[in-house]
Amino acid sequence: MDRLTDLHTALVILAAGLATYLTRIGGYLLVSRMARIPPRMETALNAVPAAVLTTLVAPAFYDGGLDVKIAMAVAVLVGLRWQGFALIAAGWGTAMVLRHLILA
Amino acid sequence: MHKTHFWQGARTGLVVGLSTAPFGLLFGAVAVDGGVSPLEATMMSGIIFAGASQLVGVKLFGTDVPAWLVVLSVFAVNFRHILYSAALTPHLDDKNLTSKAGIFFFLTDPQFAEAMKQVDRTGRLETGWYLGVAAIIYLLWVLSSALGAVFGSLIGDPVALGVDVLLPVYFLGLVLGFRRRPLFGLVVPVSAAASIIAMHVVGSPWHVSLGALAGIVTALIAHRPPPAAAEREVR
Repeated sequence: MDRLTDLHTALVILAAGLATYLTRIGGYLLVSRMARIPPRMETALNAVPAAVLTTLVAPAFYDGGLDVKIAMAVAVLVGLRWQGFALIAAGWGTAMVLRHLILA
Repeated sequence: MHKTHFWQGARTGLVVGLSTAPFGLLFGAVAVDGGVSPLEATMMSGIIFAGASQLVGVKLFGTDVPAWLVVLSVFAVNFRHILYSAALTPHLDDKNLTSKAGIFFFLTDPQFAEAMKQVDRTGRLETGWYLGVAAIIYLLWVLSSALGAVFGSLIGDPVALGVDVLLPVYFLGLVLGFRRRPLFGLVVPVSAAASIIAMHVVGSPWHVSLGALAGIVTALIAHRPPPAAAEREVR
């Protein structure tokens, strides 16, 4: 370990943290100005979790190899019944078995 | 803030935090490998607290990219949080500005997903519960990043260890948590297709915002006004 940090890097990290915080409070600043949330807006906001989180999953499935695709399919099936660790373990375990024992 | 709620939240946070710890380790290792010092890697986790954007930042640190472009890239990768904070706002009971400011600092992907699931389950969002979830996730994220930064050279090939599968599978679980919400079966395929197309046509990280937008617009088009158009007040 030759150095801890320098002022320039520390400032860039701080600025990046501030930019991130702006994204985390931005929606609040927009929505909290409204006295009422119209039903149409509520429908849009209700769609946010599925709409955003899906975009973090779908490209990985599409671009992933056969091992990743099968692992994610298994995770979906397990996830319909169990959540949390079970789902992650099923997906990860499937990928590991495929990688090291079957497709290797 | 209610102590019982805090500890209930902490229990939820422990499951999330242990699931995200491998990514913290990986981030720390990748950061140091890319020339960032262990202290800087830990600072990034503590100050930015957004894994995907931290990895992008680390990659740019290793190049001649100017500082403002690093900050802009981090902002672009984190842009989705604007939607999270918008969706969270109607469920915030807390009027205290300081606790609101804190609540939004901790608004990560899993934090948002857990908070929305809690709203679906119980109809409300306790500040204590939320901060309990957040505290454990934050601590484990910073700790695992620091450990990864210091002991990163001990971690083997991430692909052989299956680390690359963990993240999509983890987010897949978060998506499935919302399958009982109205329009789920419509929004997910539209967002999935749009994000894949955007990934290949426009590139990352814009596939997230564009894919999300496609899903939200689809929900708006499919929207049917409820029989009694009861508008909800912002609290």
